[in-house]
Amino acid sequence: MPGGGPAHAPRGVGHLRGEEPFPVAARRALGDAQLRRNLTKATTTIRGKRAAVVAELPDWEELRAAGQAIKAATMRSLDVHLELLAEQVTARGGTVHWARDATEANAVVTRLVRDTGASDVVKVKSMVTDEIGLNDALAAAGIAAYETDLAELIVQLGHDRPSHILVPAIHRNRAEIREIFLRGMAGADPALTDEPAALAEAARRYLRRKFLAATVGISGVNFAVAETGTLCVLESEGNGRMCLTLPRTLITVMGIEKVIPTWADLGVFLQLLPRSSTGERMNPYTSMWTGVTPGDGPQEFHLVLVDNGRTAALADPAGRQALHCIRCSACLNVCPVYERAGGHAYGSVYPGPIGAVLSPQLTGVEDNASLPYASSLCGACYDACPVKINIPELLVHLRARHVEEKRAAGRVPSAEAITMAAASWVLRSPARLAAAQRASRAGRLLGRDGRISALPPPLAAWTSARDAPAPPRQTFRQWWQAEHRDPP
Amino acid sequence: MRIALFATCLADTLFPEVARATVTVLERLGHRVDFPPEQTCCGQMHVNTGYQREALPLIRRYADAFERHEVIVAPSGSCAGSIAHQHALVARRLGDERLAARAEAVAARTYELSQLLTDVLGVEDVGARYPHRVVYHPTCHSLRLLRVGDRPLRLLRQVAGIDLVTLPDAEVCCGFGGTFAVKNADVSTAMLADKMRNVIASGAEVCTAGDASCLMHIGGGLSRLRAGVRTVHLAEILAST
Repeated sequence: MPGGGPAHAPRGVGHLRGEEPFPVAARRALGDAQLRRNLTKATTTIRGKRAAVVAELPDWEELRAAGQAIKAATMRSLDVHLELLAEQVTARGGTVHWARDATEANAVVTRLVRDTGASDVVKVKSMVTDEIGLNDALAAAGIAAYETDLAELIVQLGHDRPSHILVPAIHRNRAEIREIFLRGMAGADPALTDEPAALAEAARRYLRRKFLAATVGISGVNFAVAETGTLCVLESEGNGRMCLTLPRTLITVMGIEKVIPTWADLGVFLQLLPRSSTGERMNPYTSMWTGVTPGDGPQEFHLVLVDNGRTAALADPAGRQALHCIRCSACLNVCPVYERAGGHAYGSVYPGPIGAVLSPQLTGVEDNASLPYASSLCGACYDACPVKINIPELLVHLRARHVEEKRAAGRVPSAEAITMAAASWVLRSPARLAAAQRASRAGRLLGRDGRISALPPPLAAWTSARDAPAPPRQTFRQWWQAEHRDPP
Repeated sequence: MRIALFATCLADTLFPEVARATVTVLERLGHRVDFPPEQTCCGQMHVNTGYQREALPLIRRYADAFERHEVIVAPSGSCAGSIAHQHALVARRLGDERLAARAEAVAARTYELSQLLTDVLGVEDVGARYPHRVVYHPTCHSLRLLRVGDRPLRLLRQVAGIDLVTLPDAEVCCGFGGTFAVKNADVSTAMLADKMRNVIASGAEVCTAGDASCLMHIGGGLSRLRAGVRTVHLAEILAST
């Protein structure tokens, strides 16, 4: 943010920025027919499941409104809720750490693991540890982090990046997964088939050894209940439960926006999240823990609260609703752009519509300037969002911020800015519009049979795949003047 | 009833037949149409591309042009949606409270064509005849910004001689998205390919919708492929006899 507001997520650490603009990355992804097929199949299936379970609830709209209201109210006094959370976690035997950004959070976690003497850790699927690049930081310190969520394991063994919030390996089909296991999983049976049950069994055997040996577990959270200091993780496989209960030390990393005030609030989100994410009435495993319980579960518990650009997002009253996100990925699954471009094209661990509004706010719009434009503004995401984040409106807001920040920086106006200013000047006056319409009739020369197959830049991108209409002989305005001024 | 027509800059300039058809339908139903000549454009392209400062004079112009009219119609879900959802928002964001209040008042009297016909004029059978096999594409902004629901279909079902067929995955965006079609031309084209596949699979000879912009996109693709399916605006079907 110009003028030295709250800091954005720093460059050079974590995974919030892509290496190339969205249109370039998307163009490459669109050339991959297998990827397109995998994505269409997976998102179509999950869309159907979600629609069915959402339709079962007569009070779904009321639940969405409640979720939205709780999040909005919480954001308005986030500091108060966070302090209460920290107080309660401490009172129940946990240790709370505050991290300004990814660099600090990685340093805290690395130090905590080192203090235990462990050389490897098991991890519960978590977005924020991906966001801050924790695995890379641990690896640099000689600590091996094992992902235990099946899909995250596929991504890790494939030296790949996640492409979906809930289903990080959505871009892979089972034949590809078999290949990844055979290559990356020590001791994998060469006779392994690509049957889902066989693949799950191979992962289970591999992961069991990790669970039983691990002394440190690392997790994120879905919700943190301030009133009692209780942390909550929702998952489907039970592998998260293993990581949360077996190791002696548990380190939980959470973005500061994950706090909710009360257990009553949690009740709303436990209804909204599973139906929106996996299309289930209830998720198979819900783990909750409060501090440390002597003789039961981890005996040492650390909570690392991470900002990493969230306060900067909070400072924008229009933009802050992106922080309401509960990471269900319903918006990804209904997005026609995501379905075709895939998650990697967004360059951030947060892909899809929510990523297009969240990532630029965490990094500063300038560092993710192509993302707010990576949408046709069709609005399917807003309809699907369980906490009613108005993503299309946010996208438009961030586009405006991008243009305004460039203008404020006094940079030479782009061709687009000049075109937009000129169009505004023309459209502000009916006389100038009529003159422009007369001039545009020269465009008829480009056409044949009423259509134009090749336009000059910047409209050449239009005619790359679409004909354009040749301007008509007479505009409506002219017709009205000539023939309809005094209707019967 | 006296009804003021907001032709939209796109229909005025490139698709005058859409605005003319709107006039035809309303006059046939016995209403008097006004065309305030000081109108130009709703400013949506500027807003959606990030140029709100440049959009502000266009928002003001819309209020100036239509303020004194009781009922306003636009043959576009997208432009009507922008007027309803963006005009006041942009004015307020740029600190013009007075304009925001005026924009809200005018927006409350602005209707998309199918809304005007069914909700305000209370008519579904507009006396049209159109003996063709037609498929209807619900445009995103009419569907999700304005919530027109099945109003266009209710109007189409009353058209004599029409053979209305269903569009698979109808509610998925065609990939137009204004400047999105140029800025993200590859993704836009991929979305268009799927929309065209479904339009062709429907067996229709005509694809209709309530937005000339989306039809320009779908029609431009069908024309390029010489697919043998043409695009016709909802107003034109309702005007046909």
